[in-house]
Amino acid sequence: MVVSCEAVWREISNYLEDDMDPGLRSAMEEHFRSCQHCNAVLEGTRNVIRLYGDDRMFELPSGFSRRMERWLTRNVVVSRGTWPGWLIAAVAAVLVASSLTLARSLMTPNPPLRSEHAQAGHGIPPDMVVVVTEGAKLFHVPGCEVIHNKDKQRTLTAKEATREGYVPCLRCMRKYLNLAGARRAGAHAEKDEQREAAIRAAVD
Amino acid sequence: MPEPNLVLENSPLAAMTREQQLIASVQQGRRELFYELVRPYERRVYAAALAILRNEADAEEVCQEAMLKAFAHIPQFRAEARFSTWLIQITVNEALMRRRRDRTVVMEGLAEHPDEEGNYTPRDFADWREIPSEALERKEVRQRLAEALAMLDRKYREVFMMRDMEHLNIQETAEALGISTASVKTRLLRARLMLRDLLAAGWERGWFSRLPFEKGSKPW
Repeated sequence: MVVSCEAVWREISNYLEDDMDPGLRSAMEEHFRSCQHCNAVLEGTRNVIRLYGDDRMFELPSGFSRRMERWLTRNVVVSRGTWPGWLIAAVAAVLVASSLTLARSLMTPNPPLRSEHAQAGHGIPPDMVVVVTEGAKLFHVPGCEVIHNKDKQRTLTAKEATREGYVPCLRCMRKYLNLAGARRAGAHAEKDEQREAAIRAAVD
Repeated sequence: MPEPNLVLENSPLAAMTREQQLIASVQQGRRELFYELVRPYERRVYAAALAILRNEADAEEVCQEAMLKAFAHIPQFRAEARFSTWLIQITVNEALMRRRRDRTVVMEGLAEHPDEEGNYTPRDFADWREIPSEALERKEVRQRLAEALAMLDRKYREVFMMRDMEHLNIQETAEALGISTASVKTRLLRARLMLRDLLAAGWERGWFSRLPFEKGSKPW
């Protein structure tokens, strides 16, 4: 069998794939031995396949592997859309919300007082045991004679009572209130004097 | 003489066994091993995506999405296919979908041949013998090769990439691209000959200068 150059070019890819009739293959081999041009095409095509098939042909962009690993860690290792993943996310959300609530409660100095006429007291030992009753506004020293609804009283510390908005009883916690009131009155008087002095100076 | 167990550890058989173990572990829920499983194929997966999208950032994004898809479907992976082939096919699908979705207008190369059944005549018959593969160590050479590949029309580039760069067989290439095996063979022949001409000209003129293809006189 004799093959032309055109037939060789048409079949050269199949020849390299070793995907052809043995008779045609022998004829092509014979042709290559005598045709310099077709031999150049054959060798060149082999070069192409070999060079492009080499793993070194393509470089990964800088940082590709690191980004891929991070991506898979985020989306595969720390699940994505599966129930353990959602569970972890939900627990994390609850923990964050609880922490925020707690932090807010600790940072807030005091809740609104239950009585607008009340004084917050001063120098009350925070761990002092006091009692409060449901629906009332005051906290008392246990045994205070003005406690109402004694059947509904509960015991807690002064700090807890304050945090819940209770204010000191005027009768049994007087010593803390008097001091506070006196100090506050003194402070206000000092401020007023300063203000009046400033106004006088400005007018003069 | 190397230790027998070292020889075994480095052998292709050992690598394959290790891969099978990794696949089984991931299928059983050891998701932290997934990256170790796919890491050896990063370069090939990236090359496949880049050949289709021709944009590095898009190719990287598609690789990441493809890996996630592979993970999602790994319970269905069966050993009758090579893992690498399966992974590359997923990547190619993702890249093709991305290209369809984005409808990016890609400037095609100089090697436009709308008629697939048309003919291509080799134009350079210079006797350039084997180029040593060490040449690939040079960045300039790799760049020239990449540029030559980018000059091919998309349909030739994709087939060439899958068959000659990703080493899928003709049937796998046809299935991945949704074309017949006959089309794969035709496109592969033309891609190889066009690249040969580009590289031959470059070899003679000083590293693969751009050379427009010449339509042939239909020798076949």
